Amino acid sequence: MIQALVLIRPKEGILDAQGKAVEGALPALGFEGIEHVRVGRIVELKAENADRLEELCEKLLANPLIEDYEIETISE
Amino acid sequence: MKWGVLQFPGSCDERDALNACRIAEASLGEGGGSGGSRLVWHEETDLSGLDGIVVPGGFSYGDYLRAGAIARFSPAMNAVAEFAAGGGPVLGICNGFQVLCESGLLPGALLTNERTRFICRQGDLIVGDADSPFLSELEAGTTISIPFKHQSGRFFAPPELLEEIEANNQVAFRYAPGHNPNGSLNDIAGVTNQAGNVLGLMPHPEHAVEEFSGSTDGLALFRGPALAGANA
Repeated sequence: MIQALVLIRPKEGILDAQGKAVEGALPALGFEGIEHVRVGRIVELKAENADRLEELCEKLLANPLIEDYEIETISE
Repeated sequence: MKWGVLQFPGSCDERDALNACRIAEASLGEGGGSGGSRLVWHEETDLSGLDGIVVPGGFSYGDYLRAGAIARFSPAMNAVAEFAAGGGPVLGICNGFQVLCESGLLPGALLTNERTRFICRQGDLIVGDADSPFLSELEAGTTISIPFKHQSGRFFAPPELLEEIEANNQVAFRYAPGHNPNGSLNDIAGVTNQAGNVLGLMPHPEHAVEEFSGSTDGLALFRGPALAGANA
């Protein structure tokens, strides 16, 4: 089995409402000088091989219209 | 006209949608409102005998991952895709719209509202110039008032796709000036596929079909396909 991490994030240029809300909360907490906050998600999975991971991302884990994804294999 | 209203684990507007179908049937003198419209459980694959499909609002499969992303793979949705390919009328409301976009039956995607808040209020829509059986009773440019209630309703399409949607007259509804609640591009509240037989919208016509709710403007969508003679 391999273990993989899939990192999914909103495409550049698309307003990320969640990231904006997080960013908006920062000054009140005393965090200055932080900007361009974007919130995505990580999917961890184990698979027999990496053959179909790309397809899995295209069809289910990400919506390619609005999200980019990266697949990172962390252990063989 | 017999409607099938899909029911996923997590759907919550399917009974109002079925009620709207039955009121529409009755208003058209079809079977006194009991002409065979029914709920369709998400594991069903046989849509034979049904003339139209509603994919209703709610939180199908908990909306885990992304709204509509998992419902798209349900057995019933495979059957709906075939039904739509054959020209059958399919109406997606709210979460149903998200499911139809995720499944590729409609163009675009629905993102979290610009201000991240859940919206629940009555609002105005302008009827677009899409050629669809669902709009046969609605004139382009007129206004209808129906409830908005959603958190992920911001319509988005990349520039080329958006241009294509506009050029093909696939916009079914736009939010009236000042009524865009979520930051949708071009004020788009609902779109059709290229053929016009599949229509999705974020606002809720099924909640505006009886006088007590303050508006009956939603009924036209449920009457439309029968009036257009679009039986599958």
